[in-house]
Amino acid sequence: MTTTQQRIDHILIPILEQVSDPEIPVLSIMDMGVVRSAVVIDGVAKVEITPTYSGCPAMDVIGDDIKKALSDAGYQSEIDLILYPAWTTDWITPRGREALENYGIAPPLEAEADKDVLLHGKRIVKCTNCGSQNTRLVSQFGSTACKAQFQCEDCQEPFDYFKCLK
Amino acid sequence: MKENLYNYILGIADNSLILGQRMGELCGHGPSLETDIACTNISLDLFGQVRSYFQYAAKVSGDGRTEDDIAMLRKERDYKNVLLVEQPNTNFAYTIARQFLFDAYHLAFLSELQKSTDLTLSAIANKCIKEVSYHERFSSDWVKRLGDGTEESCVKMQEAIDDLWTYTDELFHQTEADKAMVAEGVGVDVTKLKEDYYKRVHRLLEEATLKVPQLKWFQKGGKEGIHTEHLGYLLSDLQYMQRAYPNMEW
Repeated sequence: MTTTQQRIDHILIPILEQVSDPEIPVLSIMDMGVVRSAVVIDGVAKVEITPTYSGCPAMDVIGDDIKKALSDAGYQSEIDLILYPAWTTDWITPRGREALENYGIAPPLEAEADKDVLLHGKRIVKCTNCGSQNTRLVSQFGSTACKAQFQCEDCQEPFDYFKCLK
Repeated sequence: MKENLYNYILGIADNSLILGQRMGELCGHGPSLETDIACTNISLDLFGQVRSYFQYAAKVSGDGRTEDDIAMLRKERDYKNVLLVEQPNTNFAYTIARQFLFDAYHLAFLSELQKSTDLTLSAIANKCIKEVSYHERFSSDWVKRLGDGTEESCVKMQEAIDDLWTYTDELFHQTEADKAMVAEGVGVDVTKLKEDYYKRVHRLLEEATLKVPQLKWFQKGGKEGIHTEHLGYLLSDLQYMQRAYPNMEW
């Protein structure tokens, strides 16, 4: 039912890649998968973005940042927020997952694995500090809507895990 | 204006708005850091959902009303939330019981709303259900933990369930707007959700070593705007900024 199809003009990609999620600055909105379409029509860049979570406070900022980046590149723009198809963590690109891990946020695992991790304490989330899988869930909810809190039992590092959303 | 559709959207959204406000009250007051963050995260999700509903309602109204007007400038009787969600955070067991009793309903409701012939509502439902299934995991987990926990936590959890039980039946009452929207294929027939709801709740209470209350009489009125005394106080908090500094934007 969900589609990963994006319609994005190549000329806009480098501009949009400069815009990042204000809460995860290492992740561009392109790698995050929140840009669903971006096309230039009669000189106006029309961009559709979709929220990660309904209450994500970053969406307003992201919309403003896109407008600014496009305006700096000489485009007028219209930003639309769309809800369907709903965002899923599958839309985070491999480059984005790597950026998350390097930044200290464990990237999302598969939905079922996620459930096991969150409900039954199975140890498969890798510590972003030492790489050990001997980690435990501290809380299902973390510093932002999209994350859960974990702690490594080997090196004791507390870290965020990006929850899987499908 | 499409009166029935407008009222129908408000009926859904007000539940999330008022419950979101209740959960938000725990910001900085949760029993532990983790639960505090969890409750406020749930609150944030609910408010996010509310914005989608109210933006749509504002569009449907077609008279220049904004999402902020709808959320902040109605009087008590114009809020159509169920009585359950306005009940106070008496203690953490009440917070959890209220959340679970609502989540179990909310999940079933959204699952049906996804099939709505109204594409905006089905898109919102499709988005919200992912978040709400996460809320339900959290609340059902805590019902089990407290119910099957210490002697004291079990007593408190049972007390909360017993007290809030009287508000559960109203979830399955239909308003005029409900009936009209069901007939058009837009709305969810909540009467059909009732049986599975109580099955699910009974199963969880059993797992949590709690007793299912044997109540035959239930409170109602919220859906018609007749509320318990708690809502007025909640609204005076919720609306303070907008009343004190008119035209602020959410």
